[in-house]
Amino acid sequence: MLDVKDLNAWYGESHILHGVDFNVQEGEVVTLLGRNGAGKTTTMKSIMGLVPRREGHVVFKGAETIDMMPNQIARTGIAICPEERGIFGSLSVTENLMLPPIVAPGGLSVNEIYTLFPNLKERARTAHGTRLSGGEQQMLAIGRILRTGAKMLLLDEPTEGLAPVIVQQIGRTIREIKARGFTVLLVEQNFRFAATVADRHYVMEHGKIIDMIENKQLEANMGKLHEYLGV
Amino acid sequence: MQAILSYSFSFFGTNVTIAALLGQGTLGLINGAFYACLSLGLAVIFGMLNIINFAHGALFMMGAFASWMLLNYLGIGYFPSLILSPLLVGLFGIFLEKTIISRLYKLDHLYGLLLTFGLALVIQGLFRNYYGSSGLPYQIPHVLQGATYIGFMYMPNYRGWVVLAALFVCLATWAIIEKTSLGATLRAATENAPLVQAFGVNVPRLITLTYGGGIALAAFAGVLAAPIYSVNPNMGDNFINIVFAVVVIGGMGSIMGSIVTGFALGVIEGMTKVVYPQASATVVFVVMVIVLLTKPRGLFGKAA
Ligand SMILES: Nc1ncnc2c1ncn2[C@@H]1O[C@H](COP(=O)(O)OP(=O)(O)OP(=O)(O)O)[C@@H](O)[C@H]1O
Ligand SMILES: [Mg+2]
Repeated sequence: MLDVKDLNAWYGESHILHGVDFNVQEGEVVTLLGRNGAGKTTTMKSIMGLVPRREGHVVFKGAETIDMMPNQIARTGIAICPEERGIFGSLSVTENLMLPPIVAPGGLSVNEIYTLFPNLKERARTAHGTRLSGGEQQMLAIGRILRTGAKMLLLDEPTEGLAPVIVQQIGRTIREIKARGFTVLLVEQNFRFAATVADRHYVMEHGKIIDMIENKQLEANMGKLHEYLGV
Repeated sequence: MQAILSYSFSFFGTNVTIAALLGQGTLGLINGAFYACLSLGLAVIFGMLNIINFAHGALFMMGAFASWMLLNYLGIGYFPSLILSPLLVGLFGIFLEKTIISRLYKLDHLYGLLLTFGLALVIQGLFRNYYGSSGLPYQIPHVLQGATYIGFMYMPNYRGWVVLAALFVCLATWAIIEKTSLGATLRAATENAPLVQAFGVNVPRLITLTYGGGIALAAFAGVLAAPIYSVNPNMGDNFINIVFAVVVIGGMGSIMGSIVTGFALGVIEGMTKVVYPQASATVVFVVMVIVLLTKPRGLFGKAA
């Protein structure tokens, strides 16, 4: 579904991604693991066209997207939930939820999103999205891209800094949308959480993919993984 | 009523009556209507494009000229002009944004300011070249001639119309921005344009349309102004200095702030003409200094 080959990216003069290679099959949940600064967020942004300069290949559903604008990439059916969540303070909770345009049929209805995240329904009338708690903002950031019909979701550290109950709720959500046929590329620091949702894990270091581990073989590779992640 | 209206007091040796205060305050609303339309357009443009559009006064003037041309070259009257002129000048704004202004977004704000300032000079120069600077007359439309007694003064009908029309357009603009999904997209793009674009919104096109919309507001004010002031290349100059002060007082980029501040400053200016006429030209700037000293982000500005 998503094929990334020899992806390079730069912020101004600094060359951050040095030939990233990986792929995600339709219906899979795949994680990018790696230490701080490894280039995980930059990889997500590069797929979305949100870096100042990128080269290489990002092929989505057979079409090359490397020369497209972010809005065109979104229209092919990819949606991002950014690391900083990107909730808009000048928009109400409902406006935040309804903001991303529908890009394809088959997205979740608002009611289905409220079923996944009952808190959002309670807070729907909140006038400023940024008044929500961190967990609620994360639910909103995920919920709003489920509506759009995009079937490839890029989730950048959705569990970062959240209480265990909310982490579990997000875990359930990821399994639920996988069951519905969504494809997920997930950045995680917490590989214990990643192991509960993912099919495969890619390990990044210094702007490159250095290893791939099947989730089934995670236990057997614990030692290696600890070394990669320095935990 | 009459007793209240004719009550007078002395202020630094000037004899002030309530009637005069009310009358000038009401007339001040008319200037306020222009301030509000112009500063609203500036605020919308600043929010989205992050440039201070110094060409605003020139585009206001173009609105007045457009309606003069529509009338004198094509026989199209005032009311169709109220729609057509903002549309035409707005399209011209879109052309400017697409061809010139959009090249500057990656540079410092100062370049946008210098560029639009230069554009203003060029536009004014061209009009001065072809139409001179003495001013062209534009008749008040027939149905809006005459005056109506409003309890304490005769209000010229046309001026009353200007206040109502400007108020309506300002509030409609506010409603679009604050209450519609298009407005929500605009507000979101003002906060974080790349993310909004990554959701599939064509942000560059939204920016172009926003500029066109802000310019159309200026041109609308220009059409309203045409029958009051003579249509001439410099007619924007008198307003624009004050309008920049209004934007600063209201708070850069605040929508309701520009509307309220625009009308309020018109009224304050009018009343100052009664109380202390010497200060009427500068009172807006006095208010600006006071506001900047006490609330540097403006009365309606958001905290950082
Ligand atoms: N806007 C930017 N400008 C310049 N350099 C940047 C920018 N954003 C990130 N970098 C640099 O790029 C490198 C990769 O950053 P990135 O955010 O992709 O890492 P990450 O793997 O997501 O890390 P984390 O786990 O901390 O989120 C880092 O060295 C970072 O300092
Ligand atoms: Mg990151």
